[in-house]
Amino acid sequence: MTLFKSLGLAAALSMSAAVVSADGHDPLSVGFIYVGPVGDYGWSYQHDQGRLAVEEHFGDAVETSFVESVPEGDSERVIRRMAQEGADLIFTTSFGYMTPTNRVAAQFPDTYFEHATGYQRADNVSTYSGRFYEGRTVQGILAGHMTESNIIGYIASFPIPEVIRGINAAYLAAKEVNPDVEFRIVWVSTWFDPGKEADAANTLIEQGADVIMQHTDSTAPMTIAEATWEGLAEGETGVYAFGQASDMMEFGPTARLSSIIDDWAPYYIERVQAALDGTWESEDAWHGLDEGMTSIGAFNANIPADVRKEAMDAAIQISGGTRHSFTGPINWQNGEVWLEEGETADDGTLLGMNRYVEGIEGTVPN
Amino acid sequence: MLRLEPRRSPSQAMVWLTPILAVLATMIAGGGLFMALGKDPVDAIYTIFVDPLLDPYSLPEIFVKAAPLILIAIGLSYGFRAGIWNIGAEGQFIMGAIAGAAVGLAFYGTAGVWLLPLMALAGIVAGYLWAMIPALLRVKFGTNEILVSLMLVYVADQFLRAMVNGPLRNPQGFNFPESRLFHDSAQLPILFDGTRVHLGVAIAVIIALIAALILSRHIIGYNVRLMGSAPRAAMFSGVKPPRMVIFCLGLSGALAGLAGLFEAAGPMGQLTPTLPQGYGFTAIIVAFLGRLNPLGIIAAGFVMALTYIGGENAQLALGLPKAAISVFQGMLLFFLLGLDIFVRYRIAPKRREVA
Repeated sequence: MTLFKSLGLAAALSMSAAVVSADGHDPLSVGFIYVGPVGDYGWSYQHDQGRLAVEEHFGDAVETSFVESVPEGDSERVIRRMAQEGADLIFTTSFGYMTPTNRVAAQFPDTYFEHATGYQRADNVSTYSGRFYEGRTVQGILAGHMTESNIIGYIASFPIPEVIRGINAAYLAAKEVNPDVEFRIVWVSTWFDPGKEADAANTLIEQGADVIMQHTDSTAPMTIAEATWEGLAEGETGVYAFGQASDMMEFGPTARLSSIIDDWAPYYIERVQAALDGTWESEDAWHGLDEGMTSIGAFNANIPADVRKEAMDAAIQISGGTRHSFTGPINWQNGEVWLEEGETADDGTLLGMNRYVEGIEGTVPN
Repeated sequence: MLRLEPRRSPSQAMVWLTPILAVLATMIAGGGLFMALGKDPVDAIYTIFVDPLLDPYSLPEIFVKAAPLILIAIGLSYGFRAGIWNIGAEGQFIMGAIAGAAVGLAFYGTAGVWLLPLMALAGIVAGYLWAMIPALLRVKFGTNEILVSLMLVYVADQFLRAMVNGPLRNPQGFNFPESRLFHDSAQLPILFDGTRVHLGVAIAVIIALIAALILSRHIIGYNVRLMGSAPRAAMFSGVKPPRMVIFCLGLSGALAGLAGLFEAAGPMGQLTPTLPQGYGFTAIIVAFLGRLNPLGIIAAGFVMALTYIGGENAQLALGLPKAAISVFQGMLLFFLLGLDIFVRYRIAPKRREVA
């Protein structure tokens, strides 16, 4: 509904858009919107690595730009600005950008949009995400074997399906190799806040956790785990942790067991190529270990050879399609049967997962 | 040598001059910062302060960003003048957004021009009631409204999360914690085609103008000013402090609640856990930047919004890191508060001590 017609404003806007797209031989302009700083060494850092890979691969044929630390609740303006400046392809890389991305996309039908981790698509909006839970299965195996206290700490961000899926996958794998394992979960309500993440890590360690997993983006938990290894006597062990989104090797040379690495570069290069070729189409990509969008970082030297092999085998089987992270029998937390013996989860249930599986204590925060 | 000498009375000229000096000082110091980062300082300052005003895309966005800041700051300014410190406008903002959104969602799909006013009313009432908690606690038990109102921000934030994870969650949203998108009748009309300038922006400015009139012409405004400058005199003239507490907290709560509803039904178009952007806190700065004067607050709201929009543009156009923009905004406040000293003091040559 419009109360007044603009004072030539709309005309000015559409003119500037027309000028940009007039010359088809300009380099393809590719924009990226990040939820955290590019220096988080986690989620946003990895997306930026993908951007740099695009630049390197295509050279002068593309031109990239990005805006970092864009609050999800205030992102529509930044996305629109990017489209306005003439970006041909825009990657918006956090769940909270979903509605704004689709709203802007409706106003810029000639611009391609790619939204990470969402479910809303349009003719010019694709969605893409990694099956990070596959990596969680491998982490769960390692954590279940390596814990001595049988308490595994988990730093969770927001209770959305992606995060709950990770917790469930990690728990099921850990439980399978170590029936005594318990999960302690702390919800920090942020994707990136080194202070809060550090507090959560310390709390979990105080509660006896000797392996920490995180679904947040900073290196703070890794740094804290690493600190527990200082000044230990011969034979004592400190707290282990996993790199999240990026490898984080340099932040925990002793404490880091392995990592889940999000490698967006192949996907970004493929999509930019499609845009250049004029073959870009809206689609929903959900790639895992098979396509390398999710990959497993190098293993810690302290991991015994048999554990190493078991985890490696799991990764190979998952990527080969012979193993699924969610294979029955699995019950929900309340005892209700979810998957019968041998049954595997369908993507629909995985995408809407909002409760824990049986054995995890506590409730998903509401 | 120079020294600071108290003025006989606060300088009115300086009251209005120091914000301008602060902006200039920020430009100079910020220019140095940008130069150290290897950017052309003139270009950077131009991109932040001038470009958005000339560019047909950024200009309306400044209005969108400034509206909630102005609306909240207006409410806060009455209390701040009277020595009543509502630090929890952010919480009242959130409660207003939730209540208004709940009304909009309850009538999902129902068309009617009555719906938006009803949502606005719900937002106002929710913000008002949320502010009544610190108000009544202060009146009845003498608790500190600064602490109570601030703590209630976190309660409101958790309540918002509970709502979007529970009753207000989009039934078709794959369990993601967000409400449905509001239907057309529950969305604020856009004033200018092709922009996001919504009706709430105009209402915010109108409310600010009314607030200016009340403050200068109406007995309530007089009492507010009197209570701040001479509380004893105010009491002798019949101002009842408890009533003043309830009025000031209630007003700021109601306006913050309205701002919250405007944000939800305007630019956001739905209720999400990322709705709170810290407007309630930034508005405190805006209120002081505008000298607690409604007209000053309008100007301050636009300056504040300008640094946000300009800062984003600078990130995009010049590749300036976000952190540098935040430092730049911090400088503005630092200089403003620092230069405030010239309202009450002036620089004079140091007198020679007699040996």
